[in-house]
Amino acid sequence: MNASEFSPRVSADTFGRALWDPAAETPTGLVGPDGKTAPKRFNVYRNNVVASLSEALEQSFPAVGRLLGEDYFKALARAFVAEHPPRSPVLMWYGAEFGGFIERFPPLQAYPYLADVARVEWAWLEAYHSADALPLDPAEIGAVAPDEIGNIRFEKHPASCVFRSEWPIWDLVRANRFDPDANIEIDLEKPQSVLITRPELEVELMLLRPGGDVFLSALFDGGTLAEAAAAASSQVEEFSLSDTLSDCLANGVFTTLVKA
Amino acid sequence: MVAQETRPHRIDAAIPARAGAGLKAEHVNDILQTDADIGFFEVHAENYMGAGGMPHRQLETIREKYPLSLHGVGLSIGGEMPLDKDHLQRLAILNRRYEPGLFSEHLAWSTHDTTYFNDLLPVPYDKATLDRVCEHIDEVQTVVGRKMLLENPSTYVAFEQSTMSELEFLREITRRTGCGLLLDVNNVHVSCTNHERSAEDYLAAFPIGDVGEIHLGGHAPDIDDAGRPLLIDAHDREVDEAVWTLYETVIRQNGPIPTLIEWDNDVPAWQVLLSEAKAADTLLSQAAATHLKRAV
Repeated sequence: MNASEFSPRVSADTFGRALWDPAAETPTGLVGPDGKTAPKRFNVYRNNVVASLSEALEQSFPAVGRLLGEDYFKALARAFVAEHPPRSPVLMWYGAEFGGFIERFPPLQAYPYLADVARVEWAWLEAYHSADALPLDPAEIGAVAPDEIGNIRFEKHPASCVFRSEWPIWDLVRANRFDPDANIEIDLEKPQSVLITRPELEVELMLLRPGGDVFLSALFDGGTLAEAAAAASSQVEEFSLSDTLSDCLANGVFTTLVKA
Repeated sequence: MVAQETRPHRIDAAIPARAGAGLKAEHVNDILQTDADIGFFEVHAENYMGAGGMPHRQLETIREKYPLSLHGVGLSIGGEMPLDKDHLQRLAILNRRYEPGLFSEHLAWSTHDTTYFNDLLPVPYDKATLDRVCEHIDEVQTVVGRKMLLENPSTYVAFEQSTMSELEFLREITRRTGCGLLLDVNNVHVSCTNHERSAEDYLAAFPIGDVGEIHLGGHAPDIDDAGRPLLIDAHDREVDEAVWTLYETVIRQNGPIPTLIEWDNDVPAWQVLLSEAKAADTLLSQAAATHLKRAV
């Protein structure tokens, strides 16, 4: 150990800044066995940081990865990592801003649906890790007196989420992630809204029937069954309360039924 | 906590002096279906910090049948700033929930200001860093309420400002904090090669009495700026022959110690990982026999 008061000190500030900036010089004071500054050695850390974060994004956003191809995704991930470095050591929470970043990323302006693909994949991940809860037993609805049914409300399962898109998001995500061999035809003129739930351990992604997004958003906001149904049918003519509600009950959207 | 109320019967928490493997989600079904014969499993704590769902269900099932070692990779004990209190709480909660037989973290930093770098970055071996690391370990052991093991690092650069050797640094930490050590033999081989030191000498001087666990893993060979060998702690392949040899020497001289096979990238089929663990188990039983003979 030949350190003296003259040895350069490398702070975490200096080390960290040089990690992010590929053009930055290797901080003086970090050396190889010959006592010389060693850029290639320092680059091991640089590569580890960017490659591991890019890989974390690849795991969380496989449909975006498939749509862009591996090389493009890696370049995009690199740009994202530089602008949004993680704030937490829990990497499952890394990437919440990825959809918004893609939306604003100038080279991808010709693919405006990509941001929503990323947002749905993020919602899927949140559902995967969300708290466990028992779904509502559908029989409970049947036990409500007819004159009370309009006034009931529901508590949302922690995993449940409605995602509304102006793009065919259900088809895009299935074609690029969950059902890549199905030859799903993508019609970009067809807006779709999806429901994400996790009744037990598996995350379910399903296409919402017409008006289902309005109906569920109203219920999630604390509206009564009658209010939600009225909102949906006033906005969407073909809304079917019975079909939509039975889909919801079959997929564990709620945990609790609350009577007025 | 819900886990407390519904807790099923679990196997005893103590980690045996056998081989274990790093738990990967994709192996869980194979492990359970084959009732795999292995000493213990180790998990990265950060992968189980979600609220619920599959990861916790899998870990609970594994924990019922196998002892568990909880290994943190993101606490940044070597960091310049105070420890992340929320993260420390999450570690404490996981310790309570899963009752791991061992709990370990790294001599490294990974967070600075508000940024998490997702790598185990090196620390200078000087007095200021030593004081800070010891304070952090005291805090960890107080909040989590148990002794932790600290892992020796793989490093690629040295700090000119260092005033102590890594071993002096580690010894002083255990003396001051009472923590134990996690001896990563692959890290010893990687760091000693990278800094042109003798791994044999390093291991002969290692405070083995403080070691509660050994790690073995694979590394990737590269070369540095001057064409010298540069080994990278990649955990993406089998344990290297040189590392097996070092390991064998350690356990022959000191007796069996719980040993983990780490394989985190390019993860192979379960049977491949299991066969690495079996190889370690064979050496461990030989070491137990030799050691017993010597003790008599």
